[in-house]
Amino acid sequence: MIRVVLPPHLRTLARVDGEVTLEIEGQVTQRSLLDALEACYPVLRGAIRDHVTQQRRPFVRFFACEQDLSHELPDAPLPDAVSTGAEPFLVVGAIAGG
Amino acid sequence: MSKVRVLVGTRKGAFILTSDGKRERWEVSGPHFAGWEIYHMKGSPADPNRLFASQSSGWFGQVIQRSSDGGKTWEAPGGGVTVSPGGMPKGESNKFVYDSSPETGRPLTTHQWYDGTQHPWEFKRVWHLEPSLDDPDTVYAGVEDAALFRSTDGGQTWQELAGLRGHGTGPKWQPGAGGMCLHTILLDPSNPQRMYIAISAAGAFRSDDGGKTWKPINRGLKSQYLPDPNAEVGFCVHRIAIHRSRPDVLFMQLHGGVLRTDNAGDLWKDISGGLPSDFGFPIDVHAHEPNTIYVVPINAEAGRCPPEGKLRVYRSRTGGNEWEPLTNGLPQRDCYVNVLRDAMAVDSLDSCGVYFGTTGGQVYASADAGDNWAPIVRDLPAVLSVEVQTLP
Repeated sequence: MIRVVLPPHLRTLARVDGEVTLEIEGQVTQRSLLDALEACYPVLRGAIRDHVTQQRRPFVRFFACEQDLSHELPDAPLPDAVSTGAEPFLVVGAIAGG
Repeated sequence: MSKVRVLVGTRKGAFILTSDGKRERWEVSGPHFAGWEIYHMKGSPADPNRLFASQSSGWFGQVIQRSSDGGKTWEAPGGGVTVSPGGMPKGESNKFVYDSSPETGRPLTTHQWYDGTQHPWEFKRVWHLEPSLDDPDTVYAGVEDAALFRSTDGGQTWQELAGLRGHGTGPKWQPGAGGMCLHTILLDPSNPQRMYIAISAAGAFRSDDGGKTWKPINRGLKSQYLPDPNAEVGFCVHRIAIHRSRPDVLFMQLHGGVLRTDNAGDLWKDISGGLPSDFGFPIDVHAHEPNTIYVVPINAEAGRCPPEGKLRVYRSRTGGNEWEPLTNGLPQRDCYVNVLRDAMAVDSLDSCGVYFGTTGGQVYASADAGDNWAPIVRDLPAVLSVEVQTLP
């Protein structure tokens, strides 16, 4: 079971409280995690990654296990602690806003 | 007894204000979509309980929301939870992709950037939603970077009307301070093939074939920043208004100028004589008097604020050039708010109501065509848009 923490704006959009949990078969990567997340919550398509290029939106960042994973390759394996559910994968709206 | 429903989009959510026909006591609902920018909300003339909202964020992009019960509940069309996590999403109400297909689209060309260089088209947000006059599932969207989209399935999927972006002058369009936005969409109630749009800073355009092809309609417009006095495009049109009884007559608030056309945009004439400033953003027409128009003059150079710190709506009952300030109930000292282009609307009750919202978070209403004003709310986030529905 994969645990994902969404920022407040996206929790409101997806109508979820707290963490989101996902089941992913095979290797857990940014791409497979986001694919599974968007399949469960289609309204999030385009909100984290661009619809067409699939690139991370500029002000969105990914963290897990106290590491910034935003610039990791989409198909690189995520840390084991994320794959096992010991640690959540954090989607963060970067920089402050008024 | 008739009711009115005022749809208010703000920097940090949407609000719905309702009252009976007296328009004295108001119920305030919201914030809906708290924390998101709501550039525009509008109801379908064909089904007043069908509302559309443009919800966006600099972080998370664009979402279209839809209500089928007058704003009590909302859904992102096609964006709900699928039954099976492995199933493919049914659709995406937030997917706006420029049409560059060889069959129906146009190449994704470039437009002019602030420094004069060419810049590729990039979708940023939906500025304006215009529901069809007769089909509750059809709605048009004006977007930044400027283009026109249409949905025929209630906002679930969107297709670009690429004839506008690709009609030829695109490389000369350039962004205004707020971005290169298509902010005005007017549907001619007497001719379903005719529609008008306006872009900052390109100008006004008309289609006579349902949006397939377009022509610029900017003759008579002047801009001190354009060296060519006969330029076809390049004008920072702020807003256009139409009266349904006389659809060939349009009124325009330009970056510098208030204008009128009597021939569907073929030629514009300045009607700003007598105003304290010819700069402003919104313009609207009285529901029952097609020659009565409203503007809110703003200082162009001194901070985009009301002249002399006095918030005044100006009304002309003669179709322009003769204006009277409407001040009763509006702050007449130390007022430095702005009224944005989509933030004024009128209802269609017998005594026409006029409404506008400010960047200071106030929404003012007049139940007597502008003679007297009172705030409905005073402390909302900055108001981006105001629309009104008159309900039976």
